[in-house]
Amino acid sequence: MKCRVCRGPAVIDVRRHNAAFCPEHFLTHCSQQVERAITEHRMLEPHDRVLVAVSGGKDSLGLWDLLVGLGVAADGLYLGLGIGEYSDDSGRYAREYAARRGRTLHEVDLADDVGFSVPDAAAATHRVPCSACGLSKRHLFNGFALEHGYDVVATGHNLDDEAAVLLGNVLRWQTEYLARQRPVLPAAPGFVRKVKPLVRLGEREMAAYCVVRRIDYQVEECPMAAGNRHLHYKEVLNALEERSPGTKAAFLHGFVERGHPRFDDDRADPEAELGRCRECGAPTPGDVCAFCRLRARVAPSP
Amino acid sequence: MKVLLRNPRRELDIDGPITVTALLQRLELSPEAVLVIAGDELVPRDARLDDATTVEIRPVISGGGPAR
Repeated sequence: MKCRVCRGPAVIDVRRHNAAFCPEHFLTHCSQQVERAITEHRMLEPHDRVLVAVSGGKDSLGLWDLLVGLGVAADGLYLGLGIGEYSDDSGRYAREYAARRGRTLHEVDLADDVGFSVPDAAAATHRVPCSACGLSKRHLFNGFALEHGYDVVATGHNLDDEAAVLLGNVLRWQTEYLARQRPVLPAAPGFVRKVKPLVRLGEREMAAYCVVRRIDYQVEECPMAAGNRHLHYKEVLNALEERSPGTKAAFLHGFVERGHPRFDDDRADPEAELGRCRECGAPTPGDVCAFCRLRARVAPSP
Repeated sequence: MKVLLRNPRRELDIDGPITVTALLQRLELSPEAVLVIAGDELVPRDARLDDATTVEIRPVISGGGPAR
């Protein structure tokens, strides 16, 4: 295989672009895709302070690296989830990346700072761990960004993640979720802007980006995600992609460009007044926000 | 050649030379779901792997909840 740009030896093929790249031009490809996503969806303003949600995995560390490479002022926040050795290793990868590249990494530990871990929450609620994990991340990343003056939270959701979520939402016709699935969620009172600059890059590209850039990351799968429905959707989409390269991108980008407006009526009323959680002050339609209800259930105050 | 697989972590001995595509077919792995790394370097699907090469087949699919 030859690099599409320089005709030198290629190290990776990207079949949906009918292209292969040498290391140098593969990095350029990744950077261009992120820049295009940021521009197309107006994700960032020139002087935004960006907080990257860092997990220690390929997507978040790769995203952080790509954003800094594009000149974006981006710091990281690592959230310790308390998932045993998996979390210990993930935190180490995040710290090592930040130390080696001279970047600012903030840390919040769910067990030490909030009072419960993801396994605690799963056991107390009898729900899948990913549910408490996602709720905790959304609440704590947003709260940290507001408190520390960041304009934007950037997450490492890639093309495969978003296509899998879209497939799940379509299969169950979850129209309110379809209305909210966007590369950018604008800021609102009590919420910073949320952006997903990796929507044009697949997870194979992100793993390859980290290998080429010599970024060590958590390769092992989260032990709590085993059997996760989204992993199954990804397998199904990859089977389609094998037969017809470009299917995942056409599915996701077609939805964002043409399908999304059809679900506008299913959006929660953006003008609706949200109150403030009486525990933490976060926006909520009720008295107490979902995160504080979870905390009260898992780690009740003495 | 030594072939390292992950999730779960295990090591196999496979006779070389063999192309990346043939190796993945033999192991029934989707090329969309893995990277193949020989030594420290990524290798493309048409690369031929020699018997003396140490190969890592690294999964790229990660789980986690929906992005809502």
